[in-house]
Amino acid sequence: MPAQVITITSGKGGVGKTTAVANLAVALASNGSKVVCIDGDIGLRNLDVILGLENRIVYDIVDVIEGRCRLKQAMIRDKKLPDLYLIPAAQTRDKNAVSPSDMNRLIKDLRADYDFVLIDSPAGIERGFRNAIAAADRVLVITNPEVSAVRDADRVIGILEAEEKGPAALIINRLNPTLVKNHDMLSAEDVLDLLAVELIGIVPEDENVIISSNRGAPVAHDAKSKAGQAFRNIARRLKGEKVPFLDLDSQGSLWERIQRLAGRK
Amino acid sequence: MSFFERLFGKKNSADSAKERLQLVLIHDRTDLTPAELDSLKDDLIVAISRHVEIDTQSMQIGVEHDGRSQRLVADIPLKSAPRRRTRKTK
Repeated sequence: MPAQVITITSGKGGVGKTTAVANLAVALASNGSKVVCIDGDIGLRNLDVILGLENRIVYDIVDVIEGRCRLKQAMIRDKKLPDLYLIPAAQTRDKNAVSPSDMNRLIKDLRADYDFVLIDSPAGIERGFRNAIAAADRVLVITNPEVSAVRDADRVIGILEAEEKGPAALIINRLNPTLVKNHDMLSAEDVLDLLAVELIGIVPEDENVIISSNRGAPVAHDAKSKAGQAFRNIARRLKGEKVPFLDLDSQGSLWERIQRLAGRK
Repeated sequence: MSFFERLFGKKNSADSAKERLQLVLIHDRTDLTPAELDSLKDDLIVAISRHVEIDTQSMQIGVEHDGRSQRLVADIPLKSAPRRRTRKTK
């Protein structure tokens, strides 16, 4: 079966695009799929460090496009997962080094041999974003339950519809169940109500995400992490499985629950 | 939100966020879908009809673009009161 090409984008920066790509790639590749992930953030590459592959880069995507190397030479195999590859972004070039048709050509060559191609989009809605969505079969929009992130997600969803890349599916990242419970954070329902798109995952705020990125081993490897579990669930949904959404209400320490009962928080 | 804020009835921040976003997004969405526009039109009809009788058949509503800003423009004809002089033509 030819690959599913999935782009992860957000509009706003810093909401977790790269983290999501790395974790979905790890979860899919741990589960028997052949996966290539592409860092589309030319000039500001980061997917390599999140995956812990920064020391293995020889060639990058611009080298492939400009013919300095073959596609296979720019594909870095993961340290742990033999079916996971990264095509890194160029660090010393800008978004104009790549065009949407370059992306289409490059991904066409990958489709036959892999199950999933995941593309990490840069923030914004300009050239880099256009490159990232050019070849996508499916686009996942990731947001945080915050006004600026939701607003930008809405804008991106509108553009995707106009470009006939929709309907987008939504990942709500960094949801803090305690804040939601105290009505100090938009709930997943609120966000869905505002954006009116299909939900594909809710990822709770989890300090393990930072710890694992420090180590260059995405949190999806961590069987105990809630965020890791959420990403693994999204990966299964991408494969067409029906997986119920995590119950995040059980989160919060005993002390927090006591405080809530006392009406202090 | 603290206990005191709740005690004095200050609106919780999630509700403020949602309400503010709802308004912002209406403006951000340059292309209101026809379905959304229709439901907005229905709401307007209900609200305005509470005060004055309108001609719902020829009422029009749309979004106009002016450079980077958009505006919602509604043309709502009022139903004229029964004419005092019905003039017979022919």
